[in-house]
Amino acid sequence: MIDTALTIAFTLVGLAVALSLWRLLRGPDAPDRILALDTLYVNTIALLVLFGIQIDSNIYFEAALLIALMGFVGTVALCKYLLRGDIIE
Amino acid sequence: MIQRLLPHPLLTPILALIWMLLANEFSAGHALLGLLLGWAIPIFTLRFWPEQTRIRRPLTLLRFIAVVLYDILIANLAVAKLIVSRPRRLQPAFLEVPLDVRSDLAISLLANTISLTPGTVSAELSPERDRLLVHALHATDTEALVATIKTRYEAPLKEVFEE
Amino acid sequence: MLEYVLAFLIIAGGAFTFIGSLGLARLRDFYSRLHGPTKATTLGVGCVLIASAVYFSQGDQPSLHEILITLFLFITAPVSAHLLAKAALHLKLTSVARRPESENLE
Repeated sequence: MIDTALTIAFTLVGLAVALSLWRLLRGPDAPDRILALDTLYVNTIALLVLFGIQIDSNIYFEAALLIALMGFVGTVALCKYLLRGDIIE
Repeated sequence: MIQRLLPHPLLTPILALIWMLLANEFSAGHALLGLLLGWAIPIFTLRFWPEQTRIRRPLTLLRFIAVVLYDILIANLAVAKLIVSRPRRLQPAFLEVPLDVRSDLAISLLANTISLTPGTVSAELSPERDRLLVHALHATDTEALVATIKTRYEAPLKEVFEE
Repeated sequence: MLEYVLAFLIIAGGAFTFIGSLGLARLRDFYSRLHGPTKATTLGVGCVLIASAVYFSQGDQPSLHEILITLFLFITAPVSAHLLAKAALHLKLTSVARRPESENLE
C-alpha cells in the first residue's frame, strides 16, 4: 500500500523537478530563475523525505533540514542582489 | 531585574521545544538543556529583538491560527483547480490594502499570512508603512478581497498584538 | 487504517508539489507564477513531512523532528515570495495585471 503510494509520489515529484528545471533553463528573467531554484530545493526536500520513508531510515533528516536552511539563505541573498546590486552592505 | 534576566519570556519555552524537536528526544535531560539554551540565547541576542512582544488574547490567536490553517487547505485546492483547468483565463490583479496595524511583528505576520493563503502574495510595503501591495492570482472583485483580508486576518492580529 | 492515512498524505503531498511546479511552468507572468511554488509546493512538502513524522512514530519512540522542517518552510516561503515579488517590481517585469500606478511604492 505505502509502496504504491511512494511510487506515485516519486513520479509526481520527479515531474515537478522536471518542470522546475524547464523554468530554470527557460527563464525569461532573473527572478523566474531564482523562483525555479527555490522550487527545486523544496522539491529536493520532498524527494529526500520520501526516500527516507522508502528505505525506512531517518538518516536523511539532517540533510533535508540543511537544504531547507541553505536554500532559504540562498534565495534571500539572490533577491537582495537583484534589489541592491550587492549582498553584504 | 526580571527584565534583565528574562528579556523575552515567550522565547524561552519556544526555544526549549525547538531544541527537543531537533534532538528528537523528549527526556528530562534534553528539556533542561533546552531551557538553559532558551534562557541564554535571548540574553545574548537581546540587541536584535528591541521590540517587546505581548500577546493580549491567546484565545483569539489560537482561533486565528486555526482559521489560517483551514484557509491554507481550502484555498490551495481552489488554486490547484485554477492552475490545472484554465490558466489562460485567470485575471490577476494588484491590490492595495490600507493597514491599520502598526507594529513590526503584526505587519510581518499579516504579510506572511496573506502570502500563505493562496491566491494572494504580499509584494511591497509602502515607505510610510501604511499600505501593503498585494498580488492576487484571480480577482474579479478586488474591493471584496481587500475587505476579506482586513476583517479575516488583520482584525484578529490587531486585537492580539495591539490596542 | 494508519496505512491508508499515510498513503493519502504521501500522494496528496506529491500531487500538491506537482501542481506547484505545474503553476510555475504554465502560468503567463512572473507574478502569477509566484503563487504556485510558494503555496502549493509548501503545502505538498508539508504533507510529505507529516507523513514521515507519522511513519517514524509507529515504533516505541515518537519522531517529531520533521515538524521543524515543516514549520521552517511555512515561515520562510512567504518571506522569499515577498522578496522575489519586491525584486520583480524593482526590475519592472512585465505583468498581465495592471501595475500599481503609485510610484512611491518603488
